[in-house]
Amino acid sequence: MAEKVIYAMYDDDDVLKDGAKKLVSNGVKIAEVFSPFPIHGIDPIIGVKNTRLGIMAFLYGLTGLTLATYGMRFFMVVDWPMNIGGKPNFTYLDNMLAFIPVTFEFTVLCAAHGMAITYLLRNKTLPGIPAQNPDPRTTDDRFVIEIRMSENHKVSEEAIDKLLTETGYVEIDKKEIK
Amino acid sequence: MQKEAAIREPLILGHKSYHDVTEDVCRPIEDKAPRMWYILFGIALIIGLYGVGCILYLLGTGIGVWGLNKTIGWAWDITNFVWWVGIGHAGTLISAVLLLFRQKWRMAINRSAEAMTIFAVFMAGLFPLIHMGRLWVGYWVLPLPNQFGSLWVNFNSPLLWDVFAISTYLSVSLVFWYIGLIPDFATIRDRAKKPVAKKMYSILSFGWSGRAKHWNRFETVSLVLAGLATPLVFSVHSIVSFDFATSVIPGWHTTIFPPYFVCGAVFSGFAMVQTLLLVMRKAMGLEAYIHTKHVEYMNIVIMVTGSIVGTAYITELFISWYSGVEYEAYAFLNRATGPYWWAYWSMMTCNVISPQLMWIRKLRRSLMFTFFISIVVNIGMWFERYVIIVTSIHRDYVPAAWSMHYPSHIDIGVYIGTIGLFFVFFLLFARYFPVLALNEVKTILKGSGQSYKESPDYHKHH
Repeated sequence: MAEKVIYAMYDDDDVLKDGAKKLVSNGVKIAEVFSPFPIHGIDPIIGVKNTRLGIMAFLYGLTGLTLATYGMRFFMVVDWPMNIGGKPNFTYLDNMLAFIPVTFEFTVLCAAHGMAITYLLRNKTLPGIPAQNPDPRTTDDRFVIEIRMSENHKVSEEAIDKLLTETGYVEIDKKEIK
Repeated sequence: MQKEAAIREPLILGHKSYHDVTEDVCRPIEDKAPRMWYILFGIALIIGLYGVGCILYLLGTGIGVWGLNKTIGWAWDITNFVWWVGIGHAGTLISAVLLLFRQKWRMAINRSAEAMTIFAVFMAGLFPLIHMGRLWVGYWVLPLPNQFGSLWVNFNSPLLWDVFAISTYLSVSLVFWYIGLIPDFATIRDRAKKPVAKKMYSILSFGWSGRAKHWNRFETVSLVLAGLATPLVFSVHSIVSFDFATSVIPGWHTTIFPPYFVCGAVFSGFAMVQTLLLVMRKAMGLEAYIHTKHVEYMNIVIMVTGSIVGTAYITELFISWYSGVEYEAYAFLNRATGPYWWAYWSMMTCNVISPQLMWIRKLRRSLMFTFFISIVVNIGMWFERYVIIVTSIHRDYVPAAWSMHYPSHIDIGVYIGTIGLFFVFFLLFARYFPVLALNEVKTILKGSGQSYKESPDYHKHH
């Protein structure tokens, strides 16, 4: 089903932010904001929740820590204990100090890469995916508010148009998308 | 938008708009490369290929072609390795540690500093690999099940810690760098007119859209990666120093090594950043973004870390006497007065005296002087590693085994070759990649840009 989408383009991040505040306070639901750099403070206005990627990084790090501990215990204590300068190696705890550097490195390795991969997958940004921004200028110096009519049953299109005019956009574009 | 004190020098000079920032950074990529670029690239490529030739000869013949002998079993290879790893410390320090400290001046330099880091770590990684002599068994450093019993790698050895440290550092730095590059590649993609360039930057930008949610994730990922990379930077050179510190060689067996090496690494890394950026800002017309204030900040880092390094040298000297261990005392006396006195005093002059000149404001704000000192520091830090490594082992416990190290032409060729290859990578980066973090610089334009700071509205409530 085709859906009507309004793209209002701004040439300043602060103007967009004030505009978004005005629209939201009048009951308009903003579907998306496209910008060439992060606009600080836009997320609570348009209702974007904070990401939970930080928690994921912690979990990946924990996985790395566990794998490194388990792996080194298996390699150095269980499977093939080596006599290195007569140092005690009968239990993991005896030998643990020497394992700290690798444990740390492997924890960081898993946390960083796990988070980076999750980030790319969640964003759906991967090599070969075509550009998804509505206008090429949104990666340069233009800022776009996207409003979907299907999400705005309570407010009429004319009311939205009127509100948008007051926000000081530089261009407006209406599209039917599938 | 964050405001800052009026007396702070603006970080972006001139009257720039968001579009100007895009233009200034994209122009060198979209225009034809200047003749100078081709000349430099040609020279770097020739030197690099000569180095590759030396490496191939080394692999075909064996590491006997290096000037090593039975007393000096480690010389230029490990010196170069530590030198390159050290240089590779500035980038992540700038982008991670300075991000955590909210230092906005980092934004103009972090992209190129991190590129430099990655290429420097490539060069560093080459040395442990080729020093195996049999490159094709390089995978033996990984804990893989094998048919020797399974005989695992030795997790008690600092050399293996190094494998994990360097590979983690390289791959995490690469990811950190690339995640920041994605939005900037999107900018180039959306401006590109030629079909090939459009296609290439389209692939490189992963279909980036700039949605609010994506930026939210972007900022969290940058922050968490910075948090992870910060201890990583410190751990990597600490672990490199363990290669020496956990041995029982007088001159190496020192607990001061980890902090001393980390400071030395930051010191040399910033020097290399200065060397590269002072040329790049001029060649690419980025004087408005990387200006005297940035250079001054970096010189202060050089001064502080240089002073720590100097203190470490003197502490080391004092402790060698204070310990009462005659071998230890001899190792240091021999460094300063033995046959390698010239290397020791070159190191002392370059690394202890030269950074102290940065206390003078006029000197640390002089670009020519900074460039000169950055070269001096690069040389000094190479000598530091040479002094630590070669002078500590050239006097064995038995005088009959005493020896000197003379580099062979392969030693020299491999070293010079890595410098060539490094510049090949860096020049390619400067030609095809956005050398400034566009999206980050745009976020500070209103807070730290000259035209905004000088406007009468700046200090009013927005």
